[in-house]
Amino acid sequence: MNEARLVTPAMLGLWAFLATVPLWIERVGLYPYLGVEILIWSIYALAFNLVMGTAGLVSFGHGAYFGVGAYAFGLAQFHLSANLWVCLGVALLASGVAGLLVGLFISHRRGIYYAFMTIAFGQIFWTIAIKAYGVTGGEDGLLKIERPAANLGFAAFDLSDNFALYYFVLAVFAVVVVALWRLVHSPYGRVLAAIRQSETRAAHLGYPVWRYKLSVFALSAAVSGLAGGLFAMAQRSAFPDVMSVNQSGLIVMMTLVGGGLVSFWGPVIGVALFLVARDVIGALTFAWMIYFGLLFMAIVLFKPEGIAGLAQAWMKRWR
Amino acid sequence: MALIEASGVHVRFGERVVLEAIDLEVAEGELHGIMGPNGAGKTTFFNVLTGRVKPNRGRICLDGEDLAGLGPHQIANKGVARSFQIMTLFDEFTARENVMTALPAFRARGFDMLRAVAGDRSLAEEADGVLASVGLAEKSGVQAKQLPYGERRALEIAVALAQRPRVLCLDEPTSGLGSDGKQRLLELIAGIRAKLTIVAIEHEMDFLFSLADRISVIHWGQVVARGTPRELQANEWVRRSNLGRFA
Repeated sequence: MNEARLVTPAMLGLWAFLATVPLWIERVGLYPYLGVEILIWSIYALAFNLVMGTAGLVSFGHGAYFGVGAYAFGLAQFHLSANLWVCLGVALLASGVAGLLVGLFISHRRGIYYAFMTIAFGQIFWTIAIKAYGVTGGEDGLLKIERPAANLGFAAFDLSDNFALYYFVLAVFAVVVVALWRLVHSPYGRVLAAIRQSETRAAHLGYPVWRYKLSVFALSAAVSGLAGGLFAMAQRSAFPDVMSVNQSGLIVMMTLVGGGLVSFWGPVIGVALFLVARDVIGALTFAWMIYFGLLFMAIVLFKPEGIAGLAQAWMKRWR
Repeated sequence: MALIEASGVHVRFGERVVLEAIDLEVAEGELHGIMGPNGAGKTTFFNVLTGRVKPNRGRICLDGEDLAGLGPHQIANKGVARSFQIMTLFDEFTARENVMTALPAFRARGFDMLRAVAGDRSLAEEADGVLASVGLAEKSGVQAKQLPYGERRALEIAVALAQRPRVLCLDEPTSGLGSDGKQRLLELIAGIRAKLTIVAIEHEMDFLFSLADRISVIHWGQVVARGTPRELQANEWVRRSNLGRFA
């Protein structure tokens, strides 16, 4: 049974496929950095889906934690240590603490009130990023962030070119996938799924719902921050735009289109589709978001389970 | 000493008084029925007992311990399980998963993020045992939302039983059941009543009078009559009220 496994055949297949991407991506008219972006945003989307798909909590302000991670990575590099692991650790920790603080205020809320609170806090973080010029660089952002080497003790890998960075991010992606897969199928993940279906029933079974909502929000924020840290490293800068409501909405859109509500892999599918569509359709027209928006509307109206749900339905029919 | 002891429980929602002053005692091992007209405050009393609603005045004690200020999860952990008038199950879970989630052994591991649920056979076996006790052994792998209504009611009781409660609160368990379903439920409750204390709100008077050791009648937010089914049949207030024709 796949749920009991730490590493599943689907994971191995996906990693093997992703490992080949740098070998052919330029031949199909795309570029290696797109692969880096897809992996980073996939980590972010998987973390976001822990809140939305697993626990059923809708956050429209998750960009804040991605952004906090990005800034924390840069600030740690400038003021604390240039070591990659320290910077990524600070990104993870800072966004986790930010998520924990916000979670303390919102975890007793449900539904639309919860969603609105996430927007409000997201806006606060975004405003701070813009206004705290001395720390964040304001709208100019944090520039000149380096890509430190990945020092494993026995060997150090230079990540300055996109090819090496891709494989480093793929390794982080693999670790995150294994960790989140296990978490989703652990007792903790099962309780989150129960809370998604009925907070009332879960509470009357003896589960402290508030603590679960708080902890999953903080965890999700922490992993989103890790993705943000990788993003800052990849683009060698951190900007406030990733914290905007607009950007926070994109991760909701990607996750829903991919099928995060019904599948662990839905967010990855959604991210890949969105970013490839951005580049492929975007090369033909500036108005590419109209087409993705139409796809989003079609999915919400006719197949809310998203592309993964569609695939599951087809597979069931074939069996 | 009574296992459940409510004294002067008063609840108001804004200007509206829902419970005036409920005084009620339930002895350990008793099956205590609660009846009364719609809007009398029966479910509100259950909500107070299980921590969903905080009383404005009065107190409820479980085995001498005041439950004031405790939330639903804390009261559930003290051994009070409940079913709901409007069925509340984890519809996407299978029957086994619903029951498994309610097991104390599972609850104790609720924050465990490192081990897979699917790898633990002992939890599945314990859940299957509970399902078998309510006649759902064959349905363990069926999603809750795909079960027929009567079996969903049985599953709700299985979920409550899986909590290994001291007190089981059933809120209109026969609601929506046909005569066959009611008969099966009657047999099910008769089978488990020896093992725990049950408090049941019920509109189906035949059902309640055939099962309950004692019954309290709630009206206008207070207990207006109480006693054994036989005593209630002789109670003047009950005889004069609409409830008398059932008694």
